[in-house]
Amino acid sequence: MNIEMKKRTHRFVQSGMYILLDINSGAVHVVDKMIYDIMEYFDGSNDSEVIAALKDSYIEQELSEAIGELHELMEINQLFAPDISVPPTFKSKGLVKSLCFMTAHDCNMRCKYCFGDTGEYGGERQLMSKEVGRAAVEFIINNSGQRKHCEIDFFGGEPLINMPLVKDVTEYVRKREKETGKIFKLTLTTNGLALNDANIKWLNDNNISLVLSTDGRKETHDNMRPDAGGNPTYDRIMANFRKCVDSRNGENYYMRGTYTADNLDFTKDVEAMADAGFDILSMEPVVLKDSPYALTEDKLPEIFAEYDRLTDFYMKRHREGKGFFFFHFNMDLSNGPCVAKRLAGCGAGHEYYAVAANGDLYPCHQFVGRDRYKLGDVFKGVENEELPQYFRESHVLNKEKCRDCWAKFFCSGGCHANADLFNNDIRIPYDVGCEIQKKRLECALAVQAALNLEQAEHKAPDFISCLE
Amino acid sequence: MKHIQTVNKPSLQATKNAGGCGECQASCQSACKTSCTVGNQVCESKK
Repeated sequence: MNIEMKKRTHRFVQSGMYILLDINSGAVHVVDKMIYDIMEYFDGSNDSEVIAALKDSYIEQELSEAIGELHELMEINQLFAPDISVPPTFKSKGLVKSLCFMTAHDCNMRCKYCFGDTGEYGGERQLMSKEVGRAAVEFIINNSGQRKHCEIDFFGGEPLINMPLVKDVTEYVRKREKETGKIFKLTLTTNGLALNDANIKWLNDNNISLVLSTDGRKETHDNMRPDAGGNPTYDRIMANFRKCVDSRNGENYYMRGTYTADNLDFTKDVEAMADAGFDILSMEPVVLKDSPYALTEDKLPEIFAEYDRLTDFYMKRHREGKGFFFFHFNMDLSNGPCVAKRLAGCGAGHEYYAVAANGDLYPCHQFVGRDRYKLGDVFKGVENEELPQYFRESHVLNKEKCRDCWAKFFCSGGCHANADLFNNDIRIPYDVGCEIQKKRLECALAVQAALNLEQAEHKAPDFISCLE
Repeated sequence: MKHIQTVNKPSLQATKNAGGCGECQASCQSACKTSCTVGNQVCESKK
């Protein structure tokens, strides 16, 4: 068979479904076992070879019929769709669309897995000044071209310990929106300790989206996320989150957690969040090197099995009418991003920058403190011209490991900072991250397939039993 | 079809030469944010 054609599809079994993904069209087909087996051999032009290989397992006439259906998909470009090259819509230079403010290089928690050295980012504890904050707003306005939507994420450390800066920048942004016609989406990521009544009211009044960090079960959370004095924090932050989310009618927030080698049964942590009454959730794999909490290759089978459990749990709650939104399973298979966006990926270093508390610019928040990635500052702008171009061109079609990977148009090549951390090269992806990402994507595709089929249940063919 | 059920109306090929307006949200793939991976997004112009 023609191996090049085989590289254009990915088949897998997930949650009782046989799924065939056509990589270059994005078509997702739920198929029967016969088609699944046929795809081991079929390359679009070797019908008799396929029949010869499978005639002991299936009736020849049925094999021919099934292969006929595959030819029908080929005719409408939903099987073996042609490879995608860099389109003209992917401009050679990116427009800045998003900034991450390192509002405070300091934190009131001491999470054991913190990539930012509990806020210091390899430097000193420091708060961002209003001058830096306002200059950063001007930087994004001046470098976003015709783009109307701009984003700022107040990040840290813990941004709530520098509320004067958050308030000043927000006020300044609203003024500049009126003057420039830009629309800013503002987000703040918080650990919840300083989420008092006054802060909650102000965040609601100013339409700030919130990302709320907790790790799920009380024991998981308290083990990993003590305060600066070493005390447990779960009861305090959950009371604050409850009050906060209720006060914004359960909207405009995400609750996110991190799982480590210590809680590979993280479905129970997602369940704990859902049972606590929160329904917009995310649970992320920790990224650590040389740590007892690290997710290493030997743990992958256990992690994969846990994603199977999470998928089952997600669908069970959905079918019980108690569904929740889980970020990684959220996917619009028909209206996803364009090819240009899938190449641009996260945009780090060309569309997205992080502003350190002192005003230095880095490709993203994860790179802050890695000296060789300093690109300039908010006062003088980006002075390093080579690195942003290198980031722009480090897309999936230029990375050897990504080029032939079935997941490339979903993950867009993964996290550059993780690639740099593990391989000292943003073009060599972080292996364990890739494996987790691919499993998560298979689960997401299965969830979306099941949800789509449930909607069209009356016309689902007999071979689909996953919905029973 | 008897053996195949396609669950979406794929748009990837159609967006090779259309799109690129850049109005969509940035999509961080790292673990410390919500891993707003590109594949989890909807095209801003189709919302």
